[in-house]
Amino acid sequence: MQLDVRLPIGLLFSLFGVLLTGFGLVSDKQIYQRSLGININLGWGIVLLLFGVAMLALALRGRNKASR
Amino acid sequence: MHIQLGWIDYTLLILYFGFVLGIGYVLKRTVSGSKDFFESGRSLPAWICALGFIGANLGAQEVMGMAASGAKYGIMTCHFYWVGAIPAMVFVAIFMMPFYYGSKARSVPEYLKLRFDEKTRGFNAMTFAFMTIMSSGISMYALAKLLNAILNWNFHLCIVLSGIIVLAYIFMGGLTSAIYNEVLQFFLIVFGFLPLILLGLHQVGGWSGVMSKLAPVATKAGFAEGAWAHSWTYTGSAQSNPMGVEWFGLAMGLGFVLSFGYWCTDFLVVQRAMAAKDMSAARRTPLIAAIPKMLFPALVILPGMIAIALHSAGNTSFQLPPKNGGLDYDMVVPTMLSYYFPTGMLGIGLTALMASFMSGMAGNVTAFNTVWTYDIYQGYIKKNGTDAHYLAVGRATTVVGILASMAAAYAAAKFNNIMDILQLVFAFVNAPLFATFLLGMFWRRATGHGAFFGLIAGTVAAAIHHGLTLPKQMLAEAAAALNTTLPDNLLAVGSNILDKAAGIKGGWLGHLTHVYPSEMAQNFWTAIYAWSVCFAATIVISLVTRQNKTDQELTGLVYSLTPKLTQHGVPWWKQPATLGIIVLAAAVVLNVIFW
Repeated sequence: MQLDVRLPIGLLFSLFGVLLTGFGLVSDKQIYQRSLGININLGWGIVLLLFGVAMLALALRGRNKASR
Repeated sequence: MHIQLGWIDYTLLILYFGFVLGIGYVLKRTVSGSKDFFESGRSLPAWICALGFIGANLGAQEVMGMAASGAKYGIMTCHFYWVGAIPAMVFVAIFMMPFYYGSKARSVPEYLKLRFDEKTRGFNAMTFAFMTIMSSGISMYALAKLLNAILNWNFHLCIVLSGIIVLAYIFMGGLTSAIYNEVLQFFLIVFGFLPLILLGLHQVGGWSGVMSKLAPVATKAGFAEGAWAHSWTYTGSAQSNPMGVEWFGLAMGLGFVLSFGYWCTDFLVVQRAMAAKDMSAARRTPLIAAIPKMLFPALVILPGMIAIALHSAGNTSFQLPPKNGGLDYDMVVPTMLSYYFPTGMLGIGLTALMASFMSGMAGNVTAFNTVWTYDIYQGYIKKNGTDAHYLAVGRATTVVGILASMAAAYAAAKFNNIMDILQLVFAFVNAPLFATFLLGMFWRRATGHGAFFGLIAGTVAAAIHHGLTLPKQMLAEAAAALNTTLPDNLLAVGSNILDKAAGIKGGWLGHLTHVYPSEMAQNFWTAIYAWSVCFAATIVISLVTRQNKTDQELTGLVYSLTPKLTQHGVPWWKQPATLGIIVLAAAVVLNVIFW
């Protein structure tokens, strides 16, 4: 069976999201001066995580459909 | 400019490269024959092909080049999307895909062989193979140069590493691997660059802030206030807009000849649609791709507009780097990345940038693979090999293609006008090509001799037009170098100035018939002449030569001899015509909003 492309995309974006969110939580607030005072790592990390999880959910749904 | 990366950035980058290679590795077991390797077994759903279709096109030259144009020309740059891409994408989906996908052809050159003859195919295959390798090499060179400049990475190491990674994933998984990675790259580019635009807009004061700050940019350059904020308003004459083009040259040259020549005949993009699982999916591929494509200006052009607005307003610390007395517009994206992104997000942004370089490279290499193996190797070197043999040749060709790209990358580093040369070859060879396809698909009387000599005539016409014309700037630069002034009548310019100005930009026939306000205008008109001459010559030569193909041979290749596709059981919203109309209507609306 062919690989569902949503699986690696979902995995990679989830990992990116977790790493970025985690880093956003622990990192020094000083570094966010350049991003106009916005903790872009935390905010965008969550966006990436949500996208990754959505892709994974679609991939799982696709797999269930195929096996049924 | 120098960017310092943190451990988190390296982690993100390494993770990305791991996934790229992992996709290739997992797909390796699905490649059991040449059809899997070169055509993805014609098994992919439409949405994957569609994202691959634009992913392959969304190379870094596009991302960085469009941002540069956004700064230089403002909203007019959107013409490359709304005029220069969408109509052609709709046309290829609705009118041409039935012949590409429905015929036995496995590549665009092979279609030419089935429809016309061997020599037409040979001409197209050779020039295409040359251009793909050169583009892939230039992509590689640009990546290495950029990483060297901003991260201080070793130039040679960047060339070798990027080559090996692209090689590995295509070698293992073939076209599917390239397309899957293009889909991944598509999302990375969107999610990597979007925060850049959000932060930029936030700082500049939103859309109205950009617009108000672009007005002085326009007046300072000697144009009307709104020249950076309108797409069509100032195209009545070439002198009144920064691109230096008028509406007719724009619509015909870019919107018709160049755009249709690229989207409808370039195997790099057509190959993605041909990998679809059935005819309906193949036809929907360019249409689905058109939807994100027409929104891309917000992602790739807007950053350039924000950058020049911030730079000129001067009330922030944002500055574009200087270059030759002007600004280095090509550095818009890297400058914004380093200005806004803290470590962490920087890793994502760099990943997106590298992804776009690699998708540009991989797209060219997979197209080269197929054309080389099917159209050159199988066509002229070994006709009756086994399928396993051609699969092995395809894999070997991937290695050769990457090595040749590396050589091209070094050539690009050595000769700084190689990009101009490539553009010239592209203009000479590709502009007339769409006339050949149009006549081939819709006029059954078009013959092999007509097509071949028509193409040659079109290419020669392009060369002659180029040799007789020059952009005004070249004359101005030559005059400045010689410490003289230009006459009011530019056509009467002295031979000392002309000799100095002539070369890669034109004017090398020793006599000028026209001076264009900009290089872009000259390109558009070169294309218009090439297309028209090819169109006329193909018709005339076809009428005086014999049609060697029988009607039976032409079935499935020519409109009038192909049974009409039936659409039974396809819901109306999945039909290409419906989708096509929606896409075109949306493009019209965008043109009107930003008129």
